[in-house]
Amino acid sequence: MTKFIERHPLWSFTILIAVAAALWLLFATWPPGLEEAFGRKKVFLSAVFNGITLGGLYFLVASGFTLIFGLMRNVNLAHGSLYLFGGYIGYAVSVATGSWMLSFVAAFIVVALVGVAMQILVFRRIEGQDLRQTMVTIGLSIVFADLMLWAFGGDFYQIQTPRALVGPMELPFVTAVKSSGEAVYLQYPMVRLVIFAASVVIGVAMWLALHRTRIGMIVRAGVDDRDILAAMGVRIQLVFALVFALGAGLAGMAGVVGATFQSISPGEDIRFLLASLVVVIIGGMGSIPGAALGALIVGLAEQLGSVYIPTYAIVVTFLIMVLVLAVRPQGLLASR
Amino acid sequence: MSITQDARLQPDPLAAAPPMTGLARADFGNPAAWAVGFILLVMPLIANGFFLIEIFGTTLILGIVALSLMFLAGYGGMVSLMQLTIAGLAGYMTAVLGVSGNANISLGWPWWLATPVAVALATLFGTVGGALAVRTEGIYTIMITLAIASAFYYFTNQNWDIFNGHTGINSIVTPHFWGVDWRADVPFYYVILVVAALCFGAVGYLSRAPFGLALQGVRDNPRRMAALGFNVNAHRVAAYAFASFVAALGGVLQVWNYRQISPGSVGVERAIDILIIAVVGGVTRPIGPFIGALIFVLLRTFTLDFLVAIGLDGNRFRLLIGLGFLVIVLFSPDGIVGLWERWRRRGEQAPVPPGGDRHG
Repeated sequence: MTKFIERHPLWSFTILIAVAAALWLLFATWPPGLEEAFGRKKVFLSAVFNGITLGGLYFLVASGFTLIFGLMRNVNLAHGSLYLFGGYIGYAVSVATGSWMLSFVAAFIVVALVGVAMQILVFRRIEGQDLRQTMVTIGLSIVFADLMLWAFGGDFYQIQTPRALVGPMELPFVTAVKSSGEAVYLQYPMVRLVIFAASVVIGVAMWLALHRTRIGMIVRAGVDDRDILAAMGVRIQLVFALVFALGAGLAGMAGVVGATFQSISPGEDIRFLLASLVVVIIGGMGSIPGAALGALIVGLAEQLGSVYIPTYAIVVTFLIMVLVLAVRPQGLLASR
Repeated sequence: MSITQDARLQPDPLAAAPPMTGLARADFGNPAAWAVGFILLVMPLIANGFFLIEIFGTTLILGIVALSLMFLAGYGGMVSLMQLTIAGLAGYMTAVLGVSGNANISLGWPWWLATPVAVALATLFGTVGGALAVRTEGIYTIMITLAIASAFYYFTNQNWDIFNGHTGINSIVTPHFWGVDWRADVPFYYVILVVAALCFGAVGYLSRAPFGLALQGVRDNPRRMAALGFNVNAHRVAAYAFASFVAALGGVLQVWNYRQISPGSVGVERAIDILIIAVVGGVTRPIGPFIGALIFVLLRTFTLDFLVAIGLDGNRFRLLIGLGFLVIVLFSPDGIVGLWERWRRRGEQAPVPPGGDRHG
């Protein structure tokens, strides 16, 4: 941190100004001139919160994607299908049992098993051939998409939010001041905040598991050099299967989250595949903190873009990706 | 070395690079090639309107777009999923700059101005996209180009000023000059055939020209080429530029064919179809994409009838395509062309199995 400031004083200053401006925008009561130019503060705050919570969802999807890539060099383009499948499983379970928590568990387990099956039956046979593996995942995504369309049809499904989490929550952010001088605080759906908190916990847990446990050490060693790791006597195929299970299971859980936040339908698989791709391109392939940063940036860009420049929103996300590729092609937080 | 080396479709240099150039030249002395050319020329005498345009015309158009991918993947080792997006942009620009039913959007330029500008814009777009993609290596290409393709799809869907949102642009007016309606079945077929032949010839020629040979060198060993003084990235970007031009031509033909364009025509599924066409046909030789396109179009047109005839659900076309693609990728990475070449060489090389088999 101090090294960065010493080396790039100008950049640090710019970043500091930007952070201060962002904090001021979030916490201060906006003067009337700003409200006229920029719209109401409530709209801005909601967009920011939507962006951050959407970023949490993107992180859940993209962290599995980046984990699988980091260890196995496998660009799993069927990751969006796993997300959608998890959503469908979660919906079926929540309708059958009425339990929201159970739908997470079921989606995680079922989709993790699908991931293990993919790793063992398909990818193990063509190990070390990146491009062919990627092509296979494209074929699988087509097959999965059509099978799911067959089984679930083209309808929209939404998972019922549990009663305890329904309703808004008041946050300590002033949106406006009434003429009586009383401050109006932001109301925000509780379920989104809870899910965001959960994705932060999952992210931190993953980071701790990777950096503080033995299995995490093995996985990190595998990211650096899997041949040497195998030569050291580690049963690398077992590690591969486990990581694939974890990555796929996270995508499945994210599907349940997505089905609660928004809804799921055919086509969502591609939307979330795109999100994961952009997130990991921005954040850096194979890096969990990178996925978190990328998810936050993409979520915010998407939501703020769709509020302030509705018909060009996707261009903002895309331009960010282009900028990152131009300045730092390996991604913002990539280790290599 | 590193990723690019592994990312090639055909990892064995024996089977990929050297024979290809020889074989491409040998095609001109091949009686089968002359026969196919002759049949294509007299096709309007054999086939009626439906078969002429819906089967053969569409095959050639898809073949042109897939050919651009074949050029990048086969000679450059770069699998780009944005070729259909480039074609789609050319189509959209033809519609936006030219004359269409959406008068509030179309600028109403004459076709001889609108078409070259559309092709130029799409080529520029593809070149810039390529320049972005070559900043990273190997497997990243597929991700970046897929991200570009899907971003473009969502952009056309949400933008109403230029792309008219999800309704797209309809009733596009096609060229009409010298007293000929160039969109009438027979003239249009010959337009497509001429463009396809030119693109096919250009790819064949480039693969043997110094630029193409250098590009294949870059594919096989970028480090050594850099050490020899070649500008690796410049070759790759130039390859993208050429491929974008070919894809843009296909896109213009595509929009003239259907006379309408909408986000559905540039969707991610369509972009992946182009990859399927190129890979199923084979990316080692320029003829591959056209074979792949013929199979794809035949399947797409007749699967429904066929599946219903044998008592199955007729809507499972994509399942069939996906499974077929999986089988090809898993068992014959160099596609139908590779299968055929292996079958032809089975006698000569009986004691030593050909290189491709090692991965089969």
